[in-house]
Amino acid sequence: MTGDHQTLALLLFGGFVAVTLGITTWVSRRRRGSAEEFYTGGRLFSPMENGFAITGDYISAASFLGVTGLIALYGYDGLLYVVGFLVAWLVVLFLVAELVRNCGRFTLADVVAARMSERPVRIAAGTSSVVVSVLYLVAQMVGAGSLVALLLGRTSGAAQAWTVIGVGALMVVYVSLGGMRATTWIQIVKAVLLLGGTVALTVLLLLRFHGDVDRLLVTAAQRSGHGDAFLAPGLKYGGSWTARLDFISLGLALVLGTAGLPHILSRFYTVPTARAARRSAVWSIGLIGGFYLLTIVLGFGAAAVVGPAALRASNAAGNTAMPLLALDLGGGAGSTGGTVLFAVVAAVAFATILAVVAGVTLASSASVAHDLYATLRRSSGGQKGEARREVAVARSAAVGIGVVAIALGLLARDLNVAYLVGLAFAVAASANLPVLMYSLFWRGFTTRGAVWAVYGGLLPALGLVLLSPVVSGSPGSLFPRVDFQYFPLQNPGIVSIPLGFLAGWLGTVTSDEMPDDAKYAETEVRSLTGAGAV
Amino acid sequence: MQSSDDRARESGGGPERSAENRGDHGAPARDVRHEDPWDAPSALGRDEWYGAGSPAPTLPSARRERDAAARAREVYVEVQRSAAFQEVRGRYRRFVVPGVVLFLSWYVAYVVAATTAPGLMARPVVGAVNVAMVAVLAQFVTTFLLTWAYTRHARLRRDRAALELRWDTQELTRETRGGAW
Repeated sequence: MTGDHQTLALLLFGGFVAVTLGITTWVSRRRRGSAEEFYTGGRLFSPMENGFAITGDYISAASFLGVTGLIALYGYDGLLYVVGFLVAWLVVLFLVAELVRNCGRFTLADVVAARMSERPVRIAAGTSSVVVSVLYLVAQMVGAGSLVALLLGRTSGAAQAWTVIGVGALMVVYVSLGGMRATTWIQIVKAVLLLGGTVALTVLLLLRFHGDVDRLLVTAAQRSGHGDAFLAPGLKYGGSWTARLDFISLGLALVLGTAGLPHILSRFYTVPTARAARRSAVWSIGLIGGFYLLTIVLGFGAAAVVGPAALRASNAAGNTAMPLLALDLGGGAGSTGGTVLFAVVAAVAFATILAVVAGVTLASSASVAHDLYATLRRSSGGQKGEARREVAVARSAAVGIGVVAIALGLLARDLNVAYLVGLAFAVAASANLPVLMYSLFWRGFTTRGAVWAVYGGLLPALGLVLLSPVVSGSPGSLFPRVDFQYFPLQNPGIVSIPLGFLAGWLGTVTSDEMPDDAKYAETEVRSLTGAGAV
Repeated sequence: MQSSDDRARESGGGPERSAENRGDHGAPARDVRHEDPWDAPSALGRDEWYGAGSPAPTLPSARRERDAAARAREVYVEVQRSAAFQEVRGRYRRFVVPGVVLFLSWYVAYVVAATTAPGLMARPVVGAVNVAMVAVLAQFVTTFLLTWAYTRHARLRRDRAALELRWDTQELTRETRGGAW
């Protein structure tokens, strides 16, 4: 990489940071420090704004960098992510968006705790939300790291570490100063930039192939060295039955995980009504679906134009396929067009990471403050003072979560970003989805069932990851020298998701507590009509 | 408390009343604007409230002899038992349950086919496009179609009735809490 790329990309990125910091200051100028404002931005966003913000929140480095890289390297098998990421939105739309908007206030735990004995349920749901968020953040940090390695031409060392730290510091500033309102606007700006950049690249790519998608696919297949196999499933997840099971496991995690992601759930609290929540989901399905269709084209395009050898040389996991493709489409290294496009894509990728990181950090700091802190010391102080202190805690929780995510991000920097996100989805689907579904739809669900559902999904999911080939026992794992690998699959979803549902059922049928019919009536009526919704 | 009891008499309360109204719930749907869900939505919340001047409440009221606290709880139970609510819930479930079963099994079928039948998936259709590619596009298409169907169903079959229930329920809870809502 020449110096031109770096300078321009850093300039553009600096521009984005300046604009977003401007938004943050402008938005926080008039803040009153209420919890409502910090967590939900006052619930006054329009469905379209929220739809763009959801898109900005959801399309992470995993999609923009990771998935295109996987498609470029493994062809068709990378498409599974795209399909899973999109179909998951039907679960959100059908079962979650409106109901959660109607009966929650700030977090996932609000929905569950309304029916149950509050303390244990809040602690459980709050903990699992924080864990999911941290895992998700790690993936974004790794994405930031590999992008910088590409930009600065170094694969390791201080520059990468400092970038990860810089991203972390920025997100803390956004979140703790601007709260939900700043985060939302950053996500909207990012979504517009991202969609614009993706459309522009796709147009350039199709122009290069004279609009002939078929020829693009054929070229990609030839250049990959796999021939037609590149366009059919099996390159990455074919072969052994373990690999195939891994594929199915990942597929389940992706489709069920989205509805359990705390930062996605919290976005539905930023609109005034359930109807607006539904419309924001529709907006986001349209935008996200369109984006993923283009991603497929761009992924195959990277294979056809850049070629897998160059991609692997730049980043073994393929995380840099998108910027490399941009460089080539603009006219290659050294040309002005190439420099500009490369810089734009790199800046968009940074913006993507920052916006997602801000959203996830905000959601997890809400869980720390509103669920964990508020439950563990709910006693002294009046209502109002308590709420203010809660917001103060949320602001500092953002710092703590940032530090943890940075540390883990530096540790995991050689893993594919899309794969890491797959893990976060698996944990979300195992720990958060069962308890949410049972609370909304099962009359007989009890406190013990809720607590068991959370831990019964969370602990197996984490445990199985720890025992998986990702962590130890194979050359590509985090700790290649030691071997405590007892679970063959990389993604725990296929085991841990059913365990979460099973544990919730088991906890409920074995508990002595009589389910409170009136509380369930309240949840059901509120969730479907919006009565008493804040 | 007093006001609640008055309201009970006014509304002519009881399930009978709701049962009468049941037939109407499908009808007003046709008045609702048929906006395209992909269009830019109008200003926030503007038509969220279109049902504000809705017909008289259809809910059974709380019974007199209960004290206020118990009655606040009771409101939700009675709303839940009301025919109007059962209808809304039924409509929601009758759409969502088959919908979820449909798209989840279609998705799982796709994933399983991709892993266990690569030969079938690799079969060419047109040019470089094979069955697997078509399956991906079909997943996109069904997702968009189901999104459209869901919003349409919710808008035409559920929104108005749900909004009426919302006002009525809030009215009832406010009264049982002595206006301290």
